[in-house]
Parts: sequence; structure tokens; C-alpha cells
Amino acid sequence: MKIGTPKEIFEGERRVAMTPDSAAALQKLGHECVVETGAGAEAGFADADYKAAGVEVVKTAAALWKAADVVAKVRAPDATEMKRLREGQTLISFFSPVADEKKMESAAKKGATVVAMEMIPRISRAQKMDALSSMANIAGYRAVIEAGNNFGRFFTGQITAAGKVPPAKVLVVGAGVAGLAAIGTSTSLGAITYAFDVRPEVAEQVESMGAEFVYLDFEEEQQDGSSSGGYASVSSPEFREAQLAKFRELAPEVDIVITTALIPNREAPELWTEDMVKSMKPGSVIVDLAAEKGGNCKLTVADEKIVTDNGVTIIGYTDFPSRMATQSSSLYATNIRHLMTDLTPEKDGVINHDMEDDVIRGATIAHAQEVTFPPPPPKVAAIAAAPKKEAAKELTPEEKRAAETAAFKAQTKNQVTLLAIGGALILLAGLYTPASFMQHFIVFVLSVFIGFQVIWGVAHSLHTPLMAVTNAISSIVILGALIQIGSTSGIITFLSIFGVFMASINIFGGFLVTRRMLAMFQKS
Amino acid sequence: MELGFTTAAYVVAAVLFILSLGGLSGQESAKRAVWYGIVGMFIAVVATLIGPGHGLWLLSLVLIAGGAAVGYQLATKVEMTQMPELVAGMHALVGLAAVFIGFNAHIMIGYVDGHLAENGAVLGGVLVDGQWVQVLDKAVTEPLSAFGQLIAKKTSVEITILQIELVLGIWIGAVTFTGSYVAWGKLSGKVDSSATKLPGGHILNASAAGASLILAIIYFSTGSLLSLILLTVLALFIGWHLIMGIGGADMPVVVSMLNSYSGWAAAAIGFSLGNDLLIVVGALVGSSGAILSYIMCKAMNRSFVSVILGGFGGPAGEQMAVEGEQIAIEADGVAQALNEADSVIIIPGYGMAVAQAQQGVAELTRKLRAAGKEVRFAIHPVAGRLPGHMNVLLAEAKVPYDIVMEMDEINDDFPDTDVAIVIGSNDIVNPAAQDDPNSPIAGMPVLECWKAKQVFVSKRGQGTGYSGIENPLFFKDNTRMFYGDAKASIDKLLPMID
Repeated sequence: MKIGTPKEIFEGERRVAMTPDSAAALQKLGHECVVETGAGAEAGFADADYKAAGVEVVKTAAALWKAADVVAKVRAPDATEMKRLREGQTLISFFSPVADEKKMESAAKKGATVVAMEMIPRISRAQKMDALSSMANIAGYRAVIEAGNNFGRFFTGQITAAGKVPPAKVLVVGAGVAGLAAIGTSTSLGAITYAFDVRPEVAEQVESMGAEFVYLDFEEEQQDGSSSGGYASVSSPEFREAQLAKFRELAPEVDIVITTALIPNREAPELWTEDMVKSMKPGSVIVDLAAEKGGNCKLTVADEKIVTDNGVTIIGYTDFPSRMATQSSSLYATNIRHLMTDLTPEKDGVINHDMEDDVIRGATIAHAQEVTFPPPPPKVAAIAAAPKKEAAKELTPEEKRAAETAAFKAQTKNQVTLLAIGGALILLAGLYTPASFMQHFIVFVLSVFIGFQVIWGVAHSLHTPLMAVTNAISSIVILGALIQIGSTSGIITFLSIFGVFMASINIFGGFLVTRRMLAMFQKS
Repeated sequence: MELGFTTAAYVVAAVLFILSLGGLSGQESAKRAVWYGIVGMFIAVVATLIGPGHGLWLLSLVLIAGGAAVGYQLATKVEMTQMPELVAGMHALVGLAAVFIGFNAHIMIGYVDGHLAENGAVLGGVLVDGQWVQVLDKAVTEPLSAFGQLIAKKTSVEITILQIELVLGIWIGAVTFTGSYVAWGKLSGKVDSSATKLPGGHILNASAAGASLILAIIYFSTGSLLSLILLTVLALFIGWHLIMGIGGADMPVVVSMLNSYSGWAAAAIGFSLGNDLLIVVGALVGSSGAILSYIMCKAMNRSFVSVILGGFGGPAGEQMAVEGEQIAIEADGVAQALNEADSVIIIPGYGMAVAQAQQGVAELTRKLRAAGKEVRFAIHPVAGRLPGHMNVLLAEAKVPYDIVMEMDEINDDFPDTDVAIVIGSNDIVNPAAQDDPNSPIAGMPVLECWKAKQVFVSKRGQGTGYSGIENPLFFKDNTRMFYGDAKASIDKLLPMID
């Protein structure tokens, strides 16, 4: 099959869906590759590079669309491109089945197959093709860099001869892939980073990246993001109120706000209200990664950078990945290449569009003259649902004290009962046994007590030596054999001989081994 | 006053033994404590040898020397990994010695009885109004040994008590003997380590115990040797069957339990011989073993009684199915993660002992520590086959003991740890103990290594561990399986650490 990548026509789009590297890998799968001349120029890949990688370079977009069996591109096709799409051709690109519904229908009518990159299911197996994540990662990084570019101070705190510089405070709202990338970038630049997300289970990830998770004082059971494939869903009005209150509290403090909150197939939720912007310090920067979907801040203007009256810069660019075209192209091209690997299971250059495969089925929105969106739910759950855990109830001091008293009482009761029973038994035995026995018995009982008291204190790491020592000591039975060995009876002597012999093996073996073990314990 | 001297020596020995056990509370004092034990034993043996009624001096000394030679061989040749087997094997010797001594006591009673009858006296002469009815002539008692004289002076009640004591000594000794023998076999791999029981299980044990009780009563009333022998055979059977019914994974408890049994046997023998030192030491050993077992049981969340009776473990209810796949990783991946990590916790288990990997692990620790990383060991109370087994192995490999932590000390630190390495342990890191109420190990405290950022599990293959329980840890997202023999794996890893 021939895989082709045209030059992106979308205004300002600098990415390209195939790089010389990915082309080489695609050729290994048995495919041929073709690009439109100048397709990679903006991303830093010259036609000559493509040629060197064995890629055919054609002059026009029309020629490319004609030649290619599979067209891989970044942005959804525009009207012209839709016209060029033909029957039996496969198109792989970002393609929103909701926003571009008409295009999807017309593609299906034509008999073309469309694989939408944003529809790749979020399961572990498909991570290597998840272009949303790889692009979000870049966006998160770039958001911090853009913020820094427009922020008049250092990120990291410094104490210099010329004065003390406080560290910047960064708040990242939404800890998805972009949010986490932003957190990572911001903490590594040295800023104090806070992060918030409606899914409390990401707190751990946030903290692992070195940021502080902002918790809400909110009683309602928070949603478990794993039920919606790892994406956030709409929260209740009460929750939203608590969240906004927290942000209002933080607004005057933070220098940089990066909002990344998106809910699949919906307007971006408003999280950073006008009054929060007003309460921010002049010179602060807001980067709204949700600008394309209306923005998490209502003041955001998509694709533009504005400065408010109180001197807060709001960045609403929607092309962060495109601003790092080389990096994002190579990641996107790799995503495409992985997808092609799954589509070419035999590595023989023949595409097997397996609609039984969860990943391929999920991403395909038009196939065999039919619209195949929405896909059925994947067979494999994206993330295992966390089992509901019953939180241990926090005890009040009174309850604690009551519990302690009760425990003490129970312990006393236990001990007294045991002592009473033990004492009674001993007394009973004393009634029926001669004094000579009781004398030995006292010794026995006391020794048991000493044993109990002494052993509790032995360090756990010394339990093996303890066993070896007690083993050696238990061969004290040798005394019994020694007492008997001098007997007049032959058989007694005979048995005693064995007794003495075995016990002495034990004595020497036991003590020597213990010494060997203890000699090994040493401090660093 | 020779007798007084012996008793005095015994008191000194007993005090030394107590100090010896108590001294084991710390690594440094432990080294002194062993000497207390050795001196105590020496005093006890010498005092007995020169004490009253002892004969065959030379033979005794030769025997002790012979035993010393064998013991020396055993103690110096044994690998530290085989320590559990050695200890179990030596318990068997104590048990058997106790059985022999008990039989001797029985024979002695018969002999004294005969001897007194010849001289017109009765064994256990009756006490009337506080007066001896029969006064034994010195000429009659003179030919008897010290123990014989002791018996001759006893009243009939005392004789019965003596019989009870010696039956107890023989019975416990016999159980200890076969039990330890089986434990030794299981630990050294000579006997299949899985829990096997004859049909009837506990009932069989209970009926054997019941039968021994009946035989004991017959023996008390008739004094027949046959009933005593039958009783011994039954006890031997119980010891064998009891330990056969316990799976290999529970051996730490078993060994300390047998340790306890051997102590009680010694105490029972002490009663029958009227020897206080035997009683004291037997009771010390018995109670210390019992406490050790109790500590183990708490660590495994198992009932003490069910352990003492043997035959525990076994599935209860439907276990949670484990989903996901085990993801393998190669040495270079592990090395890279280790090179990047700041804090590492190593969790050794029996697999490390089997593979003799402790030297490699210690070397790895040295290298990582030299690179400025924080390396610690997390030891579960029942890791290995003997309480404290891992500590001994690590100490042998010269791992400083102050970086070897107990479970309670380190369990809270896992979330702040970059890499946790599990080497040959399984059940002690099984999250099912916390998550799955139907798991056979539910409620057992475990090392929460899965909370570390990354977990590597060095394991021979995909199979389940000793207990046969599936381990969800191996399927977790942050877990990577580093397959292969622990020693070979660590050796492969070592050159890649910088």
C-alpha cells in the first residue's frame, strides 16, 4: 500500500504526519511512502531528507491524494480535501466526529475509511498511538514556556547579591496529560506548583511530579474518573461552588495559572472567572489550554494573547503543538506509524482493517460506506475501577479514651481470669500431690514466667540466633543421660550413651552456629 | 557437701542461661550472651560429672568429645541458608535423647522394684501417720545409683507422679523427634513441602492422642513396658503426621514450635529425674519457643492454637480473580531505574536464600549506597523459613544491620520510595491480604511495596509461591517482572549499575 502525507493546508499548522524516520519504519512494514513537496518544510524536514529515506516526493496535493491508498495527515480535511477523498481510500487524521459530522457522513457515503486519531481508545495497548496524549504533553510543556515568556520574573527563587527573588507560584488546573506535563515543566524550572483536578485519585500523580495537590473542603463523594475512561466528567453545582471558592482564595497569590480542563465533547467548563482575573497581581499570566473549546476563562480570546486592564496577560493560543512542530511532528508521526503497525499485522504491506480489534474499531468513524460512530464500548476497561474503600473513622479524643479504657479493662479482666484459673489449678494440684513434687513445680512455674518475660525483649532480627541458642540450651537433657549412665543395668547405660552423644552434638553444634551467626552482624 | 555443691552449680548455670537468653535483645550484647550460655552449660555438665552417683567418667568424656567433633563439623560446614534445616535437625536429637532418658527412668523403676523386693522391702513404702513404715537399710540402697536411691525413697504417690512425668517426657520427646525430622526433610527438600494429610486429618491426630492417654493410664496402673512402647509409637506417629500436614511456607512457626516442644520435653524429664536445672532450662526453652511461635502467628494473622495443633492453611471461599498481565523486564531496564532512583527498598524472601543471592544483593547494596542512594531492606517477620532467617543471611553477606528494617518500621515509607525490589518473596508482599477478604492470607500484615513508584520482582517463573496463592502485585501497573534465578539476575544487573 502507498501511504501519503500532504502538506497541511490549515492556516498556521506547521506539523506534518510523516517524518523521514517514520517513513523508514513504515517501509519496513512493506508499505511505500509518498509526500507532497514541502510537506515537512515548516517542521524542519526537507524534501531531500524524505528522498534520502526512500520516500517519493510529488509536486501537488492532487497528485498525492491520487497516488496514496492511505492518507495520513494532522488536521481534519477541509472541503477541497474532502473532494479529493475517494472510494477505498483510508484517511488517518484528527477528525472530530461531533464537530465534523457532515464530513464524516460524506466520507462514509463515498466509501472511504476514516480513522480519527482523537478516537483512539484510552487503553494501555493503544497508548503508543494516543496522539491526544502526545500532543497534550507538548501543549503542557509549551504552555509553561509561553507563560514564562510573558512573565516578568524568574520561576525559581534566588538569593543574589542584587537582592532576593521570590519563586513564582504556578497553579495548574486539570491534571490530565497536559496538566501533568505542565506541572513537571514548572517544577523543574523551580516554581512552587499547585495543581487541582476534580478527580481526587490523580492527587498521587500530581504529588509524584513534585506539585502540591489542592484539596477541597468538600463532603460529597467525589467521582471516580476511572468509570469514564480516565477523563473528567461534569461535576455537581455544589462541587463547582467549592472549587471556585478555593480558586478565589488562591487567585491573589498565584503568578501563573495554566488551565487545561476539558470534558470530552463539551464546551470547556468556566473555572477561572472574571473576578479571579481581577484579583490577580499585575504581571500575572494565564495560559488557557482550553481556548479552542471556549476557554476555562471567559476572557480568553482563542488564538490571541490579550492583556487585561489590571495587567494580567491571558494567552489563548490553540496551536501549542504546532509551535513546536519538529517535536510534535516526530511524536505524531510515531503515533501514526504504530497505528499502521496494528493495521498491518502481517508486515506484508497489506492493510487488514480488523473491525473486531478494540483499538481499530474505536478509532474508525467511517468504513464500508457506513458511519461507524459512536463505537461500542471497548471490551477491555481502560482503567480498573478502584474498589470502594471504607475510610477508617476518625475517632474523637473521648472515643479514643473510652476505647483505651475499655481495652485496659478487658486486658485486666483477661489477666485476672487467667491468673485465677492458673492459681486454682495449681492449688488443686497441690492438694493431691506430695510436697516434693510441688517444690519442683514452683521452680518450673517461675522459670516459665522468666522465659516469657525475657523473650519478649529479644530483637526480631536475632530470632534465628535465639532459636539456635535455645536449641543448644535444650540439650541440657544431657544431664539426665549423665545421671543415668552410671547405672548398673546394661540397657540403661546403652540408651544413656546415645543420649549423651546426641545431646553433646547439639550443645557444640548449637553454640558454634550461634557464634558464627552473631559474628556476622555488624554495623555500617 | 557434694550435693550442696551440685545444687549451687546448678543455680549458677540457671542464672547464666537466663542472662544468655535475655542478652539476645541486642546485636552487641548477644555476642556476650552466647558466652554466658556456653559457660552455663560447661558448669552444669562438670557439676553433674563430679556430682554424686556418677559413674563411667571416661566413657562420658569420650562420648562428649565425639559429640563435640560431630557438632563442630555440622556447625562449621553448614551454609547459612541451611540454618533452618540444621536447627530442625538438632531438635530431633533433643527429642530422641528425651525419649531414651524417659525409657531409662522406666527401666530404673522396674530395677529398683526388683532390687527392693530381693531385700524384703517394697517400692513406694507406705507412709502411715507421717512415719515411714519401712526403713531402708543403707546396705540395701548402697548398690543403687543416685537416681535409683532417689526412686527407692519415694512414696507410692510419688512413684505415680514420676510415671506421669516420664510418660510426658517420652511423649513430647517422641513428637518432637519425628516432627523435627519431618521439618528437617521439608526444609532440606527431601520431603515434599506441601501440606499432606492422611484421610481423617485432625480426627486421626485427636484419636491418636486419645489412645495415648488410655495407654498412659494403663501404664500408670500396671507399669507394663508394652503400653509404654505403644504410646511412644503413637507419639512418633502424631509428630510425623502433625508436621506433614503443615505447608512449607509455615515452617518458621513450625521450627519455633518444635523448639518449644523440645523444651517442654526437657522439663518433663527434669521432673522425673528430680533435677531442678533441667526443669528451669526446659521451661525457659519451652516458653521462649512458645512466645516466638506466638509472635510469628501474630505476624501472619493466624490463630496460635491452630498452629500448635498443626495442619493450618488452606483455601477459604472464592478468591478474587486477578486481571491484567505480568510485564517482564530485562536487566538493563532494572539497572536504568536503579541508576535514576534516589531511594531503594529491597524485600528479600526465601527465593534469595534458595538462590544464594545474598552476596550479590549485598554487592548491589554497596554499589547503590556508594552512588549516594538510600538503600534499605524491609524484612517481614515470616520471610524465609526461620524467624530472622533473612537477617542472618544479610548479616553473612556483610549488609550493615542498621539499614535492615522490620516491617513496622518501614511500611509507611514505601510511598516515598522510588524503587522497591522484591527478591524471591511472594506471600509477604501480596496485596490480596488487604484487598481480598476471601484470600487464605486475608488479614496477614504485608509489606506494602506496591505503593513505591516502581516495583521490580525477581522471580524464577510465573508460578505461584509456596502457598499457591495468586499474587495481584505481579499484575500491577507499576510492577515489572524480572524473571530468572535470583543470583543470576542480580549478577547480570551488577555491572550495569554505576
